Formats: sequence, C-alpha cells, structure tokens
Amino acid sequence: MTGYIHSIESFGTVDGPGVRMVIFLQGCPMRCQYCHNPDTWKMAGGTPMTSEELLKQYESSRNFYRGGGITATGGEPLMQLDFVTELFEAAAKKDIHTCLDTSGVTFHRNDPDYLKKIDRLLDSTDLVMLDIKHIDDTRHKTLTGHSNENILDFAQYLSDRDIPVWIRHVTVPKISDETPDLYRLGRFIGGLKNVKALDVLPYHDMGKVKYESLGMEYPLKDTPPMSKEGAVAAKKIILSGIRDVRTGLPDRYCSQN
Amino acid sequence: MRTEWRAFTGGVWEREINVRDFIQKNYTPYDGDDSFLAGPTTATNALWAQVMDLSKQEREAGGVLDMDTKTISTISSHGPGYLDKDKETIVGFQTDKPFKRSLQPYGGIRMAEKACADNGYTIDPEVKKFFTIHRKTHNAGVFDAYTQEMRDCRSNHIITGLPDAYGRGRIIGDYRRVALYGIDRLIADKEEQKDTTRTTMYSDVIREREELSEQIRALKELKELGNIYGFDISKPAANVKEAIQWLYFAYLAAVKEQNGAAMSLGRTSTFIDVYAQRDLEEGIFTEEEIQEFVDHFIMKLRLVKFARTPEYNELFSGDPTWVTESIGGVGIDGRHLVTKSSFRYLHTLKNLGTAPEPNLTVLWSTKLPENFKRFCAKTSIESSSIQYENDDLMRVTHGDDYAIACCVSSMRVGKEMQFFGARANLAKCLLYAINGGIDEVTKKQVGPKFRPITSEYLDYEEVMAAYKDMMNWLARVYVNTLNVIHYMHDKYSYERIQMALHDKKVTRWFATGIAGLSVVADSLSAIKYAKVKTVRDENGIVTDYIIEGDFPKYGNNDDRVDMIANELVHTFMNYVKGNHTYRGGIPTTSILTITSNVVYGKNTGATPDGRKKGEAFAPGANPMHLRDTHGAVASLASVAKLPFKDAQDGISNTFSIVPGALGKEDQIFTGDLEVDLELALNEDQK
Repeated sequence: MTGYIHSIESFGTVDGPGVRMVIFLQGCPMRCQYCHNPDTWKMAGGTPMTSEELLKQYESSRNFYRGGGITATGGEPLMQLDFVTELFEAAAKKDIHTCLDTSGVTFHRNDPDYLKKIDRLLDSTDLVMLDIKHIDDTRHKTLTGHSNENILDFAQYLSDRDIPVWIRHVTVPKISDETPDLYRLGRFIGGLKNVKALDVLPYHDMGKVKYESLGMEYPLKDTPPMSKEGAVAAKKIILSGIRDVRTGLPDRYCSQN
Repeated sequence: MRTEWRAFTGGVWEREINVRDFIQKNYTPYDGDDSFLAGPTTATNALWAQVMDLSKQEREAGGVLDMDTKTISTISSHGPGYLDKDKETIVGFQTDKPFKRSLQPYGGIRMAEKACADNGYTIDPEVKKFFTIHRKTHNAGVFDAYTQEMRDCRSNHIITGLPDAYGRGRIIGDYRRVALYGIDRLIADKEEQKDTTRTTMYSDVIREREELSEQIRALKELKELGNIYGFDISKPAANVKEAIQWLYFAYLAAVKEQNGAAMSLGRTSTFIDVYAQRDLEEGIFTEEEIQEFVDHFIMKLRLVKFARTPEYNELFSGDPTWVTESIGGVGIDGRHLVTKSSFRYLHTLKNLGTAPEPNLTVLWSTKLPENFKRFCAKTSIESSSIQYENDDLMRVTHGDDYAIACCVSSMRVGKEMQFFGARANLAKCLLYAINGGIDEVTKKQVGPKFRPITSEYLDYEEVMAAYKDMMNWLARVYVNTLNVIHYMHDKYSYERIQMALHDKKVTRWFATGIAGLSVVADSLSAIKYAKVKTVRDENGIVTDYIIEGDFPKYGNNDDRVDMIANELVHTFMNYVKGNHTYRGGIPTTSILTITSNVVYGKNTGATPDGRKKGEAFAPGANPMHLRDTHGAVASLASVAKLPFKDAQDGISNTFSIVPGALGKEDQIFTGDLEVDLELALNEDQK
C-alpha cells in the first residue's frame, strides 16, 4: 500500500518521547489559523512511499532512535487511516514505538466499519498526541473551520480504551489564552483517565514565511507570538481545572454551580 | 603503607608506577544526582572577577597583555606568580605573573620572534643570536632535511598545518603520577630504567639513555618548581588539595616548556576523586572546600597562554590551547568511572561561567549512570561547552585509562603518545590527479607528472584510477615529511617532562590526517552519478567544473555516496601504511579539521562537486554545508559509516542545534521525557 508523504524529519525531538523519525503525511481537512505547515493541507501531492520504504529508512538509523520511535503526523494522519494502520502494524512487529499525532477531527462513531478500522489502528498505537485547539466549540470553529465535537469525542474514546495520550494545546494571545476557556479545558482533561502529559505551547509565527512563499495571506498577521511565560501561566490554569474536577470541586467560572 | 596513602586499598600500584591500578582499587562510582554540588566561594568569585578584568585588559590591548622577551621558559625559569596569593588555593603560572606569555624558542626562533613582533614586542637580540648561531631549533633542523618536493607540497598547501615551526603537542604526560608517588619515587624509577637499557650502543640505545637522562633532569626541575611556590613535591600528595596542586605543577611544567598545538591534561577527575572521597570521609575538607580547589584548578587551566602569531590563530580560528580533560567512561570490569569529581569538574562551567578551555570531554557510554547523563545534558544546554566522545568505541582498543589529546586523539595515559601529523588535503589531491600533478592555484608542477585527464567530461573509472595513483604519491611524501619533523622535534625540542611521566616502553601513534573528505566524496559522486564538464584555462589546466544533473550527496544516509567516503578513508590509510614510519610509529589517521577547514578551503581551487575556488571545506567529517537535507539523523548516519578502524585517531562531526529544538522545556530534555501529569499537579499545588 502506498502513502503520500509530505516530508520526513529524521531527528524529531518534540513529537513524542526520545529521538524520533517524524513522518509528515500529506493532506488535512482543518484550516487552523496558526498552522505552520499549510503546505501539507492539500490532499493531492506528496511523495508516494510504502511502509516498507519508511521502515527501511528507520532501520538504517535505528541506533539513533533508542528510546524513541516513529511519529505519524501531518497534515492529518487519520486522513490516510489504512496506510497509517499498515505502517504502525509493521512497526509494532519490529518493536518500534509508535506515536500518532492527530487532531482527531475525522473521528466519528456512526459507522461501525470505520470504528473497526480505528480500533485496529489503536491496537498498534503506543501513544496518541492529541491536539485540542479550543474547548469552546464556537471559537474552535473560528480557529480551525471545524467543530470540536469529534475531537472531544475521540479523546473520550481513547480514554475508554485506555490508550496513553499526551494532550497538546497551543495558546494564542486573545484567541486561546482566556482563563475560563483554559480552565474548562482542564476540567475536560481531568475527566479523562489516560492522559500522561500535558504540553502547552506558546503560539509562534514562524509559519509566516511559508504562507508568503505559497502566496497565501497569513490569517494571524496581527497576532503577536505568545511568550514562554504566557504558556507556563496557561498551563497552570489548565492544571487547576484538572485538579478541581478530580477532587470534586465545582466549576469556578460557572455561576450555576 | 606510606602515611600519605592511609586508608587506600593497596595493590600492584604500590610496587610499580601504575596509576590505573590505583584508581581501579580505590575509586567510588557515583550514581547520584547533582544536588550535592557546592557553588562558588567568595574567594572564587573574587579571583574570577580579577581574571575577567585582566581578560578585558588583554582584549583591549589587542590580544596580548604581556610577553616575556628575554627569559627562555624552562620548568624552573620564573619566580612565583599569583592572582591573589591569599585567595588562591591552587597556585602556579607559566611565568612570574598571570597573562604574561612565555618565550619558547626551541620549536623555532623565527616563530618565537614573529609571535613577539606581531604583538608589538621585540625579542632580546641576545636570545635571537643564541638560537640562530649557537643552539639549533626544531624548525631549523626540519628545513635542513626537507627535500624540494616536501617544500613544494608544503608551500602549495597539499600538505598543511605541519608542526615544523611550532611545537607538535598531542603528548599527555601522566601528571597524576606526581601526585600519587611524589618526584623522588619517579626519579628512582627512571634511574632504574636507565640502568636496565641494552648495553650495546646502537643509536637507538644511545638515544634512549640520553632521553632518560633528560627526563630525570626534568623531574628534578619539577621538584624545584614546587619549591619556588613553597611546596615539597618530592613526596606523595597527602590530601586532595595537594593532589590537585602536585598534578597541576606537573602539567604546568609541561606548558612552561612546550608551546604545543594541543597541550591536553589527561583523565584526572576520577583519580582526584579518590583523595576527595577519603578527605570527605575523614572530615578533612568539606564539599565547599573541595569544589573550591577544583574551581581554582580549572581557573588555572583556563589561563594557560602561549605566544602565537596571527597566522597561527587564523589557522585554528582563535587561540586554542586544547587543555582537554577526559571525564567519565566505563571500566573494562563493567563499572562506570563516573565519580562525584566528574560532576565537580563539569560544575566549574556553572561556578566560573562557560568557557572553551579546558576542553571538558565526556567519554560517553550507553552504560553511564542516568543521573550523570542528565547532568551532562543539562550542563550542555546551559554552557554549550562540553565535548562528547564515544567511549564504547574507543575502549575496545584503548582500555579504560586513555585520554583525549587535542579534540579526538585517544591514547592510554602514560603508555602511549602520538606524533601529531596535521593533514593532507585530499580535495587538492583529486585536482592534482585531474591536472597531472599541476597545482590548480599556483599552476606549478608539484606532484609527479602523471598523465592528466584530457576529456571534456570526467569519467569516473578514469578519474578514480588517476586519483589512487596520486593519493599513493601523496601518502608517501606526506609520511616522509612527518618522519623528518618528528625526528627533529625529538632531537631539538624533546618533551622531556611529559615523557618523564610515561613508561619506559611507549607506544607511538603516527598520526596523519585528512582534510576535505566530504568535498571529495561529493566530487566523485557527481562524476559518477551526474555529468561533470571541465572548464580549462589557456594551458589546458582544469580550473572549474560544470555539473549537469543531480547526484547523491554525502550527509543524507545514501550508501551510493557514503560508501565512496568510506572507501576513500580506507584506501588512503592503506597507502599511508605502506610507508616507513619514524620510531616504529603505528599509522593512524583522523578526520577532524574542526577549524582549519576554512584555511584549507581558501587555498584549494574549484572542485567537481560544485564547490567554488576558495570556499571553505566542511569541518572534520561533516557533510558540506546545506547539502545534508534529510535532517540530523541522516547526516549523522552518513558520518557514522566512516570506518573507525581506519581512522582511529578520530572522526569529528560538528553539530549545532538550538536548545529549543531538543525539547520544548528544559525539563523535557533533562528530566523525564514523559512528563508525569500527577507530578505536575503536585508541583503546581506547592
């Protein structure tokens, strides 16, 4: 089977544990305003590669990946669900740690065949890095062009299946850094039982150059980058939400409680 | 047992000079973390402030603050020098004051004179006269013996950076011996060695006896150096402070006599730790005091300075002394060699701030304790000043008491030494093969008049055949040039104190080096996989190349070109091995032009890989700049394919990365990769 690969980073250090081979798959339905890989959006394009070719490349540098593994990202890797499944199954056979870096946006429960496929992929997935862009659905739509319903449902699904998850959240000034939202995100995460780590990233504008070279307008051109301190502060708020829900405290920002 | 050795576990080391045995019997492996470390003392901060001030003055003065132009530097030539006598716990400078560079003319009087002149000083005319008329130097000896061919190769830069006008360095005395045994015992040992030489006076026996006498003389002068500073180092060191001081005196003696290209320290931290551990347990010194001794010692090593010319500094991109100290590693019995003092040495980068010297080098093994690995990673991120080398690779041939000289040259301390041999420019050699031995820059016939390549487009098989012949020629003239150099260095600028701190029977590595490896690999790949058209001048000499099509480039984990590089190293090494080497030296090679790659590139014409005339080579075994397009692992994988058995003197790869790319938070890289959420929750509540 052939996958469509946007690019490969042989020395990935931020997309899962250890040094990893990070495979960027072509194609994404989301249109996140801060996306720094808009060149991966188009479904058409990418270099056709088989999972054997990818694993051969991994094996040739295996010594560098002790403690690491493979991360499938994109784009949205679930857009090439069958291919990623084949890749992860082959990797699992070789004892390679597999990490799926996804937005979860394509997840839905109304098709049993699709769910079977998802289950099969998760059987050979060691870790999911799940990106929750916004807890508020309206603002999520503005930010990404899609509802967060499927994403939050996927998070719940992963929790029910007890698949280890790292949650990622990018804080953007005035868009996803407001206290009640962050707190509620925390409350949501606190309800999940499989979260191993929380990664709060400050928004940066290093993607700007790509938009220019692609002849696209940069949606957040008036938004400044988030400071590191801002991200640390945001993380604290999210943690407080997690703690409150886990210790049975009411929602601090909800008057009805 | 001697009182200085109280509480130590005895062994072979008591009966013979054997520091490794002492360490193995007595060291305490440390698996803990860095929480025990102590910060700088008030005295340390005051002394370092003084150093920073003097450094500023030195910079403002144009790079040199003071030079000795009259007193020839020997082990005991100068009176004591101090920063602040009351505050310094470890003492000694190369001259009678800090930042004053010593006069060392034995390598070459012209170099010494020029080093003074270029910095605005004038060498004493009597000194110049003496070393011109009465006392021959290494440099003068070499040029008496060089052939015309050697001179041509040198001036056309196909062999470059030769230590024929300056000290060769790269010899590490076992400075620990002075601390463990004291000078008297070492002299007695050398006397015994002298008494047991062969008795038929072949020239090598005569040389050996003369050298042993010089070594004994040097040891006596070292004892005098101790006296100058008020210490009796004829006896073993009795505590950790003395051990560091004795060891430092021995090293100081070496840098007072040799302005070597690399004057490395060895592998001292775990040795020192045996004393530190005993003194801590006996309550003689506190952790703060021990860290202060280490800080003051490292401070001294940072202040080692030599008189050098601007050209020399240009070649090495700075004013390096290569005071390399090797830290960590694993023993052949499976215990790692990390001790608390391994931490203390690295901790100086925090207590004194970051610095390139001494070149703190971690002998990395997968079996190092996790806490030490984390501490190294953390210190690397904070200081960008740690060098790493692969202990798992080197231990196989060098055991567990070797050290690194300069940046990559490994040698068993006190048992092996190296004849430093600079490097041959393999990229230029390829151009000689194409042009039939004519230099593409100077247009002189330098190499042999082999048949040049006359076709418009280069044919891989034809070029390779010509290249092999030219490499074989280059290896011959190169090794023979080095034979001359090392013969004369031994004769006129013998490293007597460093060799006094070696065994009688010494293994000599005959080091050669390669410059331009990635240029040649890519050039041959271009010829093989693309089409390379020659551009000739009016005399038919190829001066430029036009590449049509694309070709695999070294640095992308592509066997098609990586194996060309591998083959090149193997082939050149075989040619090197085909030559006689001075004093039974065992040929090795290195691929490590960390800084001089710029100068080598400057003197080399355009190459078939598309590199323009004068453009810098990549450093060491690095891929050429911007040609490794598949990420760091692919780039490193290409380098890792080079055959270490053919390049045992070392393969270096310069790798820069912004700390942020190693992990989003400092914590993610130095701490648990999988950040435990519960932990974060708890911390947040504090």
